[in-house]
Amino acid sequence: MAPRIKMNDELIAINDKIEVITGRVQDDVKKAVQSIVDRDGDLARSIIDGGDDVDDMEDEINEACFRFLATQAPVARDLRYCISIMKMVRDIERIGDHSEDLAKFTLRLVGHDDPKELIDIPRMADMSTGMVHNAIKAFINRDLRLARKVWKADEEVDELYRTIYEEEIALADQISTDTEACIMFAFIAAHLERVADYATNICEEAVFYLEGEYMMED
Amino acid sequence: MKNTLDGSDGNAAREQRKSEDRKSLRKGKTDNNKGKMSIKRNTEMGERKIENTKQKKFEIKGLDLYYDSFHALKSVDMDIYENEITALIGPSGCGKSTFLRTLNRMNDLVSGVRITGDVRFDGREIYSRESDPIELRQKVGMVFQKPNPFPKSIYENIVYGSRIQGIHSKEKLDEIVEKTLREVALWDEAKDRLNDSAMGMSGGQQQRLCIARCLAVDPEIILMDEPTSALDPVATSKIEDLIQELVKKYTIVIVTHNMQQAGRVSDKTAFFMLGEIVEMDNTQKIFSNPAKKKTEDYISGRFG
Repeated sequence: MAPRIKMNDELIAINDKIEVITGRVQDDVKKAVQSIVDRDGDLARSIIDGGDDVDDMEDEINEACFRFLATQAPVARDLRYCISIMKMVRDIERIGDHSEDLAKFTLRLVGHDDPKELIDIPRMADMSTGMVHNAIKAFINRDLRLARKVWKADEEVDELYRTIYEEEIALADQISTDTEACIMFAFIAAHLERVADYATNICEEAVFYLEGEYMMED
Repeated sequence: MKNTLDGSDGNAAREQRKSEDRKSLRKGKTDNNKGKMSIKRNTEMGERKIENTKQKKFEIKGLDLYYDSFHALKSVDMDIYENEITALIGPSGCGKSTFLRTLNRMNDLVSGVRITGDVRFDGREIYSRESDPIELRQKVGMVFQKPNPFPKSIYENIVYGSRIQGIHSKEKLDEIVEKTLREVALWDEAKDRLNDSAMGMSGGQQQRLCIARCLAVDPEIILMDEPTSALDPVATSKIEDLIQELVKKYTIVIVTHNMQQAGRVSDKTAFFMLGEIVEMDNTQKIFSNPAKKKTEDYISGRFG
């Protein structure tokens, strides 16, 4: 009989919960951007109204970790796991906040045209949500190499953000009738850049969990 | 608080700091970590600091011990530093108590014991022909798992060793009794009943009395073999507090089955298994990021 069954069961349960909440916020970001592209107000509103679910999930995870710390007195890796989960879940909830902020743009863009064809924004959304997906995968699968790889991928997202930002500023100069739309798209890109940043935080926690220190370089 | 144009809360300053943190992580400048935990690094630095300033009380090299043909300790190396608490942990039968008893030659009392290797106390080999075990045991005292006061008065328990040392002056003996009982925080409880039998004390008090008895002969090292496993949590806590006070004056080596006690109390921890040291390091490192999987499995309770 394997020792510490209860403790292992509790760890598995926390793992499952973190996978679910991350999947949810990732999905919300994708849908929020889709709602911007399609100007789908209903989709946007469903994301805005669903915010409480993610908050509840965060609370559940924090409670589970707290209980685990109090009753199982974990040390070493198990302790690092718990601490990392509690730090990560806060960032994951923030990703959820960003998806709500993004969805709100769909409503604010009513009456505005797209300053240019929307190619980079959806691309940036794919990159950022992809990073979130792979970051949590690296954590759950204890994949050090993947964690470091995803962490480095943030540079590409930062580049793309800068490109979009500069383009929107340039367009704002040209389309003097709708500078507000350009500014809004610059902000949309900024939100997606933040999502990628949170993904790198998840990578850092994965490395801390696995190695005991935040060594992001090989 | 959503008070900016884009509807997000004003996290700009925090994000800026985070981006700087990340740049320094990229460049591997871990001294710029700005508060991020680096358990490995801090421990390495801490270890170097400790080793530079503290004296070694014991240096053990290549210690082998046999009980007849049973190889109980296998090539054990260990340095024990002054004014530190070293915890010895490991599963039953791993050799930690055997090792502890080696330090004050208590194993001499077991027939069939054979020891090879170097065991140096203050630089001098304790198993040499010239070495006197009685003198050694005065300097290296021991406290056992089950409190074992003599069936005598509290006073007589403490002065027993001093009398053997040739101290007979009542004034001096009284002084020793008060000093050591104060050291173990028993003076207030015991001062009005020094002539009462020690057997009437509670388990926790008896254990503190045993420690006082050990201190009465002015030791340098205190060896403790699971000193609190027979005691309730409150008594345990008092002994742990006492140990942390005593280490300022003495050097302490403690065998314990209680992982959390080792974590709470000790500076260094040595993990024994099957007569060998698997890993020894600063306690903080052992319990936060041990180097060996066996250590990790044992302290997490997954060893089985």
